[in-house]
Amino acid sequence: MAIGLAHYLAVAAILFTLGVVGIFLNRKNVIVILMSIELMLLAVNINFVAFSTHLGDLVGQVFALFVLTVAAAEAAIGLAILVVYFRNRGTIEVDDINMMKG
Amino acid sequence: MNDFLLAPLLPELILAASGLTLLMVGAFSKGDPTRNVNFLAIAALLVAALAAATQSPDRTTLMSGMFVADAFSGFAKVVIFLATAAALVLSDDYNRREGFARFEYPVLTIFAALGMSMMVSANDLISLYLGLELQSLSLYVLASIRRDSPRATEAGLKYFVLGALSSGMLLYGASLIYGFSGATNFETIAGVMTDHSGGAPIGVVFGIVFVSAALAFKVSAAPFHMWTPDVYEGAPTPVTAFFAAAPKLAAMALLVRVLVEPLGSLVGDWRQIVVFVAILSMLIGSFAAIAQTSIKRLMAYSSIGHVGYALVGLAAGDETGVRGVLVYMAIYVVMNLGAFAVILSMKRDGKMVETIGDLAGLARTRPMLAGGLGIAMFSMAGIPPLAGFFGKLYVFLAAVSAGLYLLAVIGVLASVVGAFYYLRIVKIMYFDEPVPAFDAAEGNGPAAVLAVSSVFTLLFFLLPGPLVAAATTAAASLFGG
Repeated sequence: MAIGLAHYLAVAAILFTLGVVGIFLNRKNVIVILMSIELMLLAVNINFVAFSTHLGDLVGQVFALFVLTVAAAEAAIGLAILVVYFRNRGTIEVDDINMMKG
Repeated sequence: MNDFLLAPLLPELILAASGLTLLMVGAFSKGDPTRNVNFLAIAALLVAALAAATQSPDRTTLMSGMFVADAFSGFAKVVIFLATAAALVLSDDYNRREGFARFEYPVLTIFAALGMSMMVSANDLISLYLGLELQSLSLYVLASIRRDSPRATEAGLKYFVLGALSSGMLLYGASLIYGFSGATNFETIAGVMTDHSGGAPIGVVFGIVFVSAALAFKVSAAPFHMWTPDVYEGAPTPVTAFFAAAPKLAAMALLVRVLVEPLGSLVGDWRQIVVFVAILSMLIGSFAAIAQTSIKRLMAYSSIGHVGYALVGLAAGDETGVRGVLVYMAIYVVMNLGAFAVILSMKRDGKMVETIGDLAGLARTRPMLAGGLGIAMFSMAGIPPLAGFFGKLYVFLAAVSAGLYLLAVIGVLASVVGAFYYLRIVKIMYFDEPVPAFDAAEGNGPAAVLAVSSVFTLLFFLLPGPLVAAATTAAASLFGG
């Protein structure tokens, strides 16, 4: 069985769903949320590269490189915010992030 | 000037250069540079607004078609830059008083404005993503800029997590649109989509759903609004004032451009999403706000409702609808800045207070503040002849002329419910027993913004021409090509 576009898309869709589910079902701590976000972005990159090879068009791979760069910046800012949050509250448990209730 | 190749990029170049320069000025100057950097940032934003306003309204694309300058982006940029400058004017005294005045604040604000102006000028999925992220990353930091406050950092953390989630969804949708249309350029996508007259490929429909959900996050439309009340309440008040104004208009303009330009021929596919989101936002914005006691949370729900009304115009999907969205958002931004100018003055015995009860009897203790907030509230409730009424008039007219009667009826009913909580604030200010007066104002920033906003809101009906004409040209430029 040859591995085609559909297989790559299926893997990406599964990883993306895992990422989203990880954000919403996770009750442990915020680091897991950051990992889930990273998982979502990497799933998107698989999509882009798979489409790019399938279409024979390089733009998708360029897009994937931009996504990687921005994801790095995003992770840096996320961790920085997490550090100042930890300094104030002394915890990064998801259940403790509840000073304001909507 | 016209033969300068990068002329359409002038507002962005001004902001990028001044942002980087001010960062250096702040880092290397001796003494406290905050006040100077703040002043220069406001000046840079005003110059950029002037550059955007004087640009030729003809559609120009550059950077290999990644960037487009037209009347639509010009209109959005002028409002964004002016609203950002006003937010900086509001912030200066407050930040100093509360002890978190740092020169990074105006610099980050400038970078956020740069991101917003790249967003409204995006003509490609890549430039859309990069503009959106430049704006979002700056806003995450701004939300938690008060780093010794547990509430502000919690707001920043929540905003970051949900914002990153929405960026992920945007990208996933973008990858599907790219894969099934074979292009990231908006014009090419539009060409591919017009060929599919029988209906869009299923992958593109999924892509539209993901992209509109992600952008609904950014404009804080229901059912993707859950971060808004928490972030608005937790973030420092000047940051909230900024969040509720410029980024909202930018994200709304981006949503309009994405749905109308590349996906315009699929209006049947995305209209249902927009109608659903608009109805839900209007209802949640009206009903959830009634029970609020914090004025900042109330403004958060109010902003959710206002986004719903603006989306009514987008649901119409035609030129009058887009004109309605632009007029509505521009008026909303002005009223909102006025209301926040009053909220920033709510200080008693040296401490900021932010419950609605603290406004009791304000008409007797500080009549000017009460008058300004009263005008903003009457206008947000949509009572003629104030500006907010005309905003609602234009979007509902567009919905009716597009045959969306049910949507218009629900919108009018929701705005009646909304009027209840706006008028309750007026009642509390004018008829309740006064509580001790607020401290005297320090600095003229909020007073100046409040005065400009009140005069605009009050007298808009005398001279609606310029704004409406500019919005008409802007809307036409989206449909012209």
